[in-house]
Amino acid sequence: MNYSIIFYILGWILNFEAAFMVLPCIVALIYGEPSGWSFVITMILCLAIGLPVSLKKPRNQIFYTAEGFVTVSLSWILLSVMGALPFLFSGYITNPVDALFETVSGFTTTGASILSDVEALPRCLLFWRSFTHWIGGMGVLVFILSLLPLTGGSHMNLMKAESPGPSVSRLVPKVQTTAKLLYQIYFTMTVVEVVILLFGGMPLFDSLTVAFGTAGTGGFAIKNSSMGGYSPFLQNVVTVFMILFGINFNIYFLILIRKFDQAFKSEELRCYLLIIAAATGIITLNTLYMYDSVLETFRHAAFQVASIITTTGFATTNFDIWPQASRTVLVLLMFVGACAGSTGGGIKVSRFVILIKTIRKEMVQFLHPQSLGKIKMDGKIVEHEVVRSVNVFLIAYVLLFALSVLLIAVDNQDLITNFTAVAATFNNVGPGLELVGPTSNFGLFSNFSKLVLTFDMLVGRLEIFPVLILFSRDTWKRF
Amino acid sequence: MDIIIIGCGKVGTTLADQLVREDHNVVMIDTSAERMHAVSEDIDAIKMVGNGASIAMQMEAGVQTADILIAVTGSDELNLLCCLIARKAGNCHTIARVRNPVYSNEINFIKEKLGISMIINPELAAATEISRILRFPSAIKIDPFAKGKVELLKFKVRPEFKLDGLSVMDVDSQFRCDVLIGGVEREDSVTIPDGKFVIRNGDMVSIIASPQNSAEFFRKIGIQTNQVKSTLIVGGGTIAYYLARQLSSMRIKVKIVEKDRKRCEVLNELLQNTLIINGDGTDRKLLMEEGLTTTESFVTLTNMDEENVFLALFAKEKSNAKLITKVNRIAFDELISKLDLGSLIYPKYITADYILQYVRAMQNTIGSNVETLYHILDSRAEALEFVIREESEVTGIPLMNINLKKNLLIGCINRGGKIHIPRGQDCIQKGDTVIVVTSQKGLHDIRDILRK
Repeated sequence: MNYSIIFYILGWILNFEAAFMVLPCIVALIYGEPSGWSFVITMILCLAIGLPVSLKKPRNQIFYTAEGFVTVSLSWILLSVMGALPFLFSGYITNPVDALFETVSGFTTTGASILSDVEALPRCLLFWRSFTHWIGGMGVLVFILSLLPLTGGSHMNLMKAESPGPSVSRLVPKVQTTAKLLYQIYFTMTVVEVVILLFGGMPLFDSLTVAFGTAGTGGFAIKNSSMGGYSPFLQNVVTVFMILFGINFNIYFLILIRKFDQAFKSEELRCYLLIIAAATGIITLNTLYMYDSVLETFRHAAFQVASIITTTGFATTNFDIWPQASRTVLVLLMFVGACAGSTGGGIKVSRFVILIKTIRKEMVQFLHPQSLGKIKMDGKIVEHEVVRSVNVFLIAYVLLFALSVLLIAVDNQDLITNFTAVAATFNNVGPGLELVGPTSNFGLFSNFSKLVLTFDMLVGRLEIFPVLILFSRDTWKRF
Repeated sequence: MDIIIIGCGKVGTTLADQLVREDHNVVMIDTSAERMHAVSEDIDAIKMVGNGASIAMQMEAGVQTADILIAVTGSDELNLLCCLIARKAGNCHTIARVRNPVYSNEINFIKEKLGISMIINPELAAATEISRILRFPSAIKIDPFAKGKVELLKFKVRPEFKLDGLSVMDVDSQFRCDVLIGGVEREDSVTIPDGKFVIRNGDMVSIIASPQNSAEFFRKIGIQTNQVKSTLIVGGGTIAYYLARQLSSMRIKVKIVEKDRKRCEVLNELLQNTLIINGDGTDRKLLMEEGLTTTESFVTLTNMDEENVFLALFAKEKSNAKLITKVNRIAFDELISKLDLGSLIYPKYITADYILQYVRAMQNTIGSNVETLYHILDSRAEALEFVIREESEVTGIPLMNINLKKNLLIGCINRGGKIHIPRGQDCIQKGDTVIVVTSQKGLHDIRDILRK
């Protein structure tokens, strides 16, 4: 394990975190909030540790997959711990576990909160909460490696550990350029959303935070009613953008370089849109009796479906009181998740496509034992390595999921609450059902359960293995 | 530049690695998924699996906007086809590896008619490199500059050279030769020496000089400079064939020891003035019988690295011959170079080097004043050739008054075809071609030699 380069990158993480905190400071200045000082103190702390460590580039540039995984996990933990400090310093959250839960929920774009009254928070803290979504959505290390000159291998190994989905593809030959392109697309789309929201009459502060929440598919709102208080137009805009941010960013790149047919041929994209359409249809029919008009029902159904499948977690209505069929559809959508290579969480549509094809192949194999079936996606053979990693991912996912449900059961809540709490955090969605439904929060859990759920959020965002590797003894052995 | 490499064997991978390091955008294509997997993640390039000669594949790799396509698969015909298709599908320079000796006489026709920019024959290139060294056996490596008017020669300082303990300035005053010490490799470090640098035994010293002057220098420090008169080659492969052909045209007596009877007959048919011996090259008695102790040079070209190294060690023990050892695998090169086996030849490296030189030259014609660029001293330093087209801060001023960057030397000045090794009083003038040796990479203009 090459510790010097890991510390070097971690140092840079702290420096960048300090830089990120400049924005909430500006917000505090504009609104004249004394809580801004808590950010200044955190920034000084970050720089005091980060600058000396990152000043000298280590001589030993060796960087293998193990280093990539460890660096990414440690970075996210460090980022969350430091990011939690402003909540504590300002005194709005007094329990350190709560502050950590809230920050991890922010960076992992979960959007699950322990706060019962969000509106009581000063604006700079609200801004920081939403901004962590934006940073975490595309990935901190992707951002840093688009700026930091490291060797080629380290770029790819960091990207592999942080990017969601069964396999990482490059848009252009260089990983660094790929990272830059991804951020450019991400940034532009966020700006477009802010402009449209402003055009729809949303105040600037609200549109910025909502756009951050949508772009990172996070889901922290600045209102207790989440998105319920905004006009139908604004809700529809957010619906569309949630769906857009849940699409694989490679497709936007293909559109940018005018390879339209290749972009729209993507099986994952088609599947994703199909699931959204089907789920919206079912829920619209199922909840038709609850709302005044078909249009309103459709709006709520589409918003909730988009919000859950992209694992954003905004809500326009309390879907916890919906009929069972609709509630079940939503819980299932939590597991499906968004497309690979997007900012969303969950198991990912592409993994499901591969899994279903594996099942079909297995069936064909029973009927024609001599047949040779390779799984294909977008007309290309999916390599065995990828299929295997998808299978293993799913097994690890189920096991960790079950373990988490078991661990938080100690709190003695009902099964639906526990199950959906884990589903909502593991898949980075945010709200669950019953006691953790859209109108309530995670404050009811004990510290132990909160830590378990915090761990689930990290594991879910980094797709299990980077975090697990931290706990493997082999990782830290010299030989 | 955007570069497509088809075929990811050793040469393709070495090329991709180096080109990515030099900040090019590389797409690698190979038919074998396993081979592609084996390519290290360290190489920051797109890796595609498929047939590089298919138009769809080339299109996907971006042939329409690519600057260079390099085809280095195992098959000559496939390489040529790849280049041909790339020429028609896009507008890029194409480089193909063609190794079949049958084509080697028709290279120019193929190049011209098929519109291929460069054809490289690895065995021929290796043979050329070997014969260049045999012409000048005291050097370990020779790089020609300025169309061969200047050479960069690398040699190892041995106790009998009377160089140990002398500073670079002393060397100048003592031997009064028009040569410049351009770089010294000692253990793992590379230095571009200044006047006070002291040379030690065991250093690898690179000098810049015209061929005549370097010969004079070597004579003065007591090294034999004559070309060898006889060569014993073990292993009768393609390199041996090309080498024997080149050497016999230089009137060097050549003996080739080859195990395979049929191959011997083929060689016998193809080569004149060459003695072909059918026998096992690892047979001690045979080697002694064929004059291992009296030959002036001994070249091991079998397909087994171990055999080559072993034979060279044996020859070192038994004779004073100039040793040249072919090594295929690159992985343990630092170990092999410690064995002191004379000149090592890595055919794969040579192929990659030739192609890299072409790519660099192409790169340099785009938006920079560098005429040619060579990577020297294990790629840890560069030698750049600048053409001085206009007056600037560096022209007309005696070199000793110019505040040069650290680790930088003006290697030589080519004024109207005459080579000067510059001294402190010399000035750079408009119209000169100047060669700069430096370990600082990324120079684009002659003015970059100034310390800022």
